[in-house]
Amino acid sequence: MAEYQTPTTEKDLETSFEQIKPYMNATMAYYESSRCLFCYDAPCVKACPTGIDIPLFIRQIHTGNLEGAARTIYDSNYFGNICGKVCPTEVLCEGACVYNLQDVKPIEIGRLQSYAAADMIRQGRKLYEPGPTNGYHIAIIGAGPASISCACELRLLGYEVDIFEAKSHPSGLAIYGCAPYKVTNEDVLEEINYLQEQFQFRVHYKQPVKTKEQIAALERDYAAILLGVGLGPTQALNLEGEGLAGCIGATEFIEQVKLMPLALEVGRRVIVIGGGNTAMDAASESARLGAEAVTVAYRRSKEEMRAYAFEYGLARSAGVMGLFNAAPLAILGEEKVRGVRFIKTQNEGGKLKHIPGSEFEMACDMVILATGQAKQSAFLNLIDSLEKDGRGCIKVNPQSFQTSRPKYFAAGDAVNGGAEVVNAAAEGKMAARGIDKYVSSSK
Amino acid sequence: MPNLTANLAGILSPNPFWLASAPPTNSGYQVMKAFETGWGGAVWKTLGIPVVNTSSRYGAINYRSSRMVGFNNIELITDRPLADNLREIEEVKKYFPDHAVVASLMVESRKEWHQIVKDVENAGADGVELNFGCPHGMCERGMGSAVGQEPAVLQTITGWVKEVATVPVIVKLTPNITDITEPAVAAAKGGADAISLINTIQSLMGVDLDRFVPYPTVDGKSTNGGYCGPAVKPIALNMVKNCAQHQGVNIPISGIGGIENWRDAVEHMLLGANNVQVCTAVMHYGFGIIREMLAGLEEYMNEKGFGQLPDFIGKAVSNVTTWENLNLKYKVIAAINADTCIGCQLCYTACEDGAHQAIALPGNGQGRVPAIIEENCVGCNLCSLVCPVENCITMVRKDDGSTHESWKDYMDSGKAPTEFNDKRAGGHGHWIPEPKAGLGG
Repeated sequence: MAEYQTPTTEKDLETSFEQIKPYMNATMAYYESSRCLFCYDAPCVKACPTGIDIPLFIRQIHTGNLEGAARTIYDSNYFGNICGKVCPTEVLCEGACVYNLQDVKPIEIGRLQSYAAADMIRQGRKLYEPGPTNGYHIAIIGAGPASISCACELRLLGYEVDIFEAKSHPSGLAIYGCAPYKVTNEDVLEEINYLQEQFQFRVHYKQPVKTKEQIAALERDYAAILLGVGLGPTQALNLEGEGLAGCIGATEFIEQVKLMPLALEVGRRVIVIGGGNTAMDAASESARLGAEAVTVAYRRSKEEMRAYAFEYGLARSAGVMGLFNAAPLAILGEEKVRGVRFIKTQNEGGKLKHIPGSEFEMACDMVILATGQAKQSAFLNLIDSLEKDGRGCIKVNPQSFQTSRPKYFAAGDAVNGGAEVVNAAAEGKMAARGIDKYVSSSK
Repeated sequence: MPNLTANLAGILSPNPFWLASAPPTNSGYQVMKAFETGWGGAVWKTLGIPVVNTSSRYGAINYRSSRMVGFNNIELITDRPLADNLREIEEVKKYFPDHAVVASLMVESRKEWHQIVKDVENAGADGVELNFGCPHGMCERGMGSAVGQEPAVLQTITGWVKEVATVPVIVKLTPNITDITEPAVAAAKGGADAISLINTIQSLMGVDLDRFVPYPTVDGKSTNGGYCGPAVKPIALNMVKNCAQHQGVNIPISGIGGIENWRDAVEHMLLGANNVQVCTAVMHYGFGIIREMLAGLEEYMNEKGFGQLPDFIGKAVSNVTTWENLNLKYKVIAAINADTCIGCQLCYTACEDGAHQAIALPGNGQGRVPAIIEENCVGCNLCSLVCPVENCITMVRKDDGSTHESWKDYMDSGKAPTEFNDKRAGGHGHWIPEPKAGLGG
């Protein structure tokens, strides 16, 4: 039997997707916060993309000033609760905690952060209100973390903000992409609501921007535009058999897991192709949905995987197996997937070489391609002379997040090529300041 | 196996660990249980005219994740009839003839003192302890610390007790006094066979920020209580030492105050206590802590080659002197072990903001290990105290040990500064940043 059963009820789902960073209670938070050393020029702060004053909020938690703690968090990062849960803290703040150098367990910063933030959200205690209106309107395309972070900051500065979102929920991949055992959709939506109640930005759902006419209208009606469009569907590998039933992109698979986990039929034997964090998530989720055998197949070695070690560890703990130095040649099957043909590889002086004659087949009934998301090129092409980098990401000034078109700013995955919620939160906030500088100077 | 037998003015006990007069010795049931667990002696909850107590009697200070690092109480002496207590003392002594049972007493008139001393002796008490220390409630009625704060009265009452007592008399002192040796000398003069100290310290444990009333709270009001627990040990140690060094005291000491483990006990004894008494730690963890205390003491004595308690009792007393005798030529400087440093930089900010600006941060890209600026370091220890890594910052001796000059020597030889702008000032010429540098930028 596999580690997990196929969930059939909401209760089963709670078991399958048990939170890896559950909320602390007051006692846990008290004890954990007591351990913080209050480092000078603390490494955890430097490791945080949003630069939260972590020792300060931990001290505030310890002295029973939860509102102060939450304010410290939200002043730097509008996704205080979500980031506390989904941030790869092991390689960020907690990874930088000096206790690591003493072989002492680092402070559970993420959970403490969520503890303080969630307390405010549950109480609906408002920390902010929009700044006095300055009469300028800003349009934001996409309602992911970068966009919402930017919207909050703009509202604080007195701007009117309209967000245009193609889908029916806010927060982009925070809803559609974050692993369900890291954060629940309820948690995400509650924090977005909490922000919206305070900042009162407008989100127009199911309003995709698809035409040059729409773009022209936005340019006419708004003082500046933020492109927070993220990335697109899973990039095709152009492998034989990629179109077979049972072969799905990781982004699409995870979206289904997030939106309709009980309706989703996961294969009995699943092969996930890729070596990044998304591959680990997709593999973990397959296992937690009751797949009997889940293999992550990566064309290079274990050490070369882009996935964080703890993410691989997490997948392993759900029963996932690793298969390394195996490059996929074809997805096998007639109508439905029945296996994958691989060839063994080796690293020859940095170059990946197929080993001739080492082809082998592995049976499966589901293949998940976790080989990266495509860029939103169709959309980006609607904006004339918008410069992109070699990867197809939008080029921006690293301080102001202004694009080659002065009226356009961009932040999040569309700029960084796919990173964490915390990066999007940081970039969105910086972009808002960039927008403010731009609009103020062009008065 | 070292001999742990303790002797306080002739009162013998199988080990030096006694329960202090307090709630853990309120009944024969508790004392029996304690002796069975391994305690060597017990000073019974103070006997006298039984009282009526309040509900809500204790307050505590928690420090970070540690509970009850400081503790206080507003409980009075026993609220049980004397006859019940006497019967239980007798029963305990029947089961544990070799253990020390001392009766703590607090009454007012000479007649009452005579009567109660005889009563407890008849019940089999091995000694009596006169409670001249309780700093709450009883002192308002002219007893407890009200006596301990008046050496003449203390001496008189001790004399009354000595008129009839055939067992050793211990006088328990209050620390709520400027000079502890005054009542200690008075006790000796009054004929006491031993002193015990310290009783609790007058205190308020904190204030309820919403109801504006201190803890512990009794129906919206509070009153000062007696402070004890781990936090008071340094105060107790100093007072024990003061009595141990005073020529006019010269009677055995029972050390009390902040004792929770064998180390605390050994410290009290090194500073002159013949045995120790424990209360708060038992109220926190129960009688079972005695197992750790006994094992730790034995291990320590084995390691040091001490065969019996007198081998180390008072061993640190002669190493406590007055400030004027300390060697001003002794010079230590902090050293940071870069291999064990975890880069918290608490030493930097402590020295920078709280001491002598003698620690430098590494340059950009040079890691996080700070460096000592030796010429600025005054050897104050602060960095080594704030450092969370054991033995990462050590104080290294820099003088060659050839010169010993104290303040007394300075005064005698005219080297001591005598004017406001004296160039002989210790900090003269010591580098200090200009005030404006504190503005940053």
